[in-house]
Amino acid sequence: MYLNNLGFISNEQLQLAQSSLLPMVKGALYYTIPLTLITFCIGLVLALVTALARISSIKPLQWIARVYVSAIRGTPLLVQLFIIFYGLPSVGITINPFPAAIIGFSLNVGAYASEIIRAAILSIPKGQWEAAYAIGMNYMQALRRIVLPQAVRVSVPPLSNTFISLVKDTSLASLILVTELFRKAQEIASTTYEFMLLYVEAALLYWAICFILSVIQQKIEGRFDKYVSR
Amino acid sequence: MITIENLHKQFGSLEVLKGINLKVEKGKVVVIIGPSGSGKTTLLRCLNALEVPSKGTIQIGGLKIDFSQPADKKAISALRRKSGMVFQQYNLFPHKTVLENVIEGPVIVKKENRQAAVQKAETLLEKVGLLDKKDAYPFSLSGGQQQRAGIARALAMEPEVMLFDEPTSALDPELVSGVLNVMKELAEEGMTMVVVTHEMRFAREAADEVIFMDQGVIVEQGRPEELFGDPKHGRTRQFLQLIQS
Repeated sequence: MYLNNLGFISNEQLQLAQSSLLPMVKGALYYTIPLTLITFCIGLVLALVTALARISSIKPLQWIARVYVSAIRGTPLLVQLFIIFYGLPSVGITINPFPAAIIGFSLNVGAYASEIIRAAILSIPKGQWEAAYAIGMNYMQALRRIVLPQAVRVSVPPLSNTFISLVKDTSLASLILVTELFRKAQEIASTTYEFMLLYVEAALLYWAICFILSVIQQKIEGRFDKYVSR
Repeated sequence: MITIENLHKQFGSLEVLKGINLKVEKGKVVVIIGPSGSGKTTLLRCLNALEVPSKGTIQIGGLKIDFSQPADKKAISALRRKSGMVFQQYNLFPHKTVLENVIEGPVIVKKENRQAAVQKAETLLEKVGLLDKKDAYPFSLSGGQQQRAGIARALAMEPEVMLFDEPTSALDPELVSGVLNVMKELAEEGMTMVVVTHEMRFAREAADEVIFMDQGVIVEQGRPEELFGDPKHGRTRQFLQLIQS
């Protein structure tokens, strides 16, 4: 135990905490955050398409969507990432770490978020579709103008949770060699042996990012409240 | 204006409409009454293809659809453009203001110029007494106000026929008359209307013809004073006694 000026942390450790902060923040800014944002956007598009396929009346589309969601939800994310990054090269497809992570996380978000979007669309009363049809709208118009805007409001809270989970899940990308926040912590820890210090530091950084996101989430939810009675 | 011939509607093995024949002339108000499960709402919903009939023909204005063959989407959307629908539960779009609700159809479906649509919508909202509420969201309106906004939304599409599906059934009693007055005004202006309702006073005062339906068929039809004053069928008499007692 070190018991000096700060009580539980030595000067050397304090210095290491400071000097490791920049590489870790860089890892977050260059990889963790872009990876999160890009995969979330791609994932949402994938999720919307999948949700619409699930509720469409075309059987083959329904089945493709079902199998996709079931396969992704039924297998560990880490295994999916390993298949994409370490598995595919043996069948001649080599993908760099960052794009491999994007593919893996997007597929994952797409499957989970599609269930949220599907439930949100189904939660909109049938009367809304009927009112849209009654003023002459077709399916796409009714969906885009009437149903989706209301479904978005319903799905913001659960999608925010997906988003925050995604931030944390990106730490798994360290295992397919993406030099994101946690990989940086691992790298520094492996040369300094200060595991506790560096991993706690990484945890605090994740916490900070997620805290900021949850504040933003509340702001967004508040914006949707204007047409609902409170 | 409306001609219905041999209209059938089945839900699975349940036959809800068993061969309906009905003619509604231009400018007339037809009120459909009957016990719940009689098929009156289904008949109304068939008129704008919210329910697709199993067989039979529907003609509105110059458009005739034979439902014995699978109806194509274009014909159905053309049929829907002929009529405006007013729902029991109003079904206003909650994420849009009253004005936005009313201009939605004209702007998005008919591709009307937004400014012209707003002008027309404001005239309609004045007519239903809601001009001061045009920027309000539906949640802040009373049921009666929501229903009048629903009527304005339907009218904005300039339909040839207006369909009302129990428009006052979900309303508190003190809000009913405001909606009925708007409907009476419409009737006086010569709008062709088909109204499913339990409001017998409205039927007496505004209907040109009253139709009594039971178990998927039209049991009796006639002028309100005939049907209410001297019903021919036992079932009609029974129903009228039940609701008047």
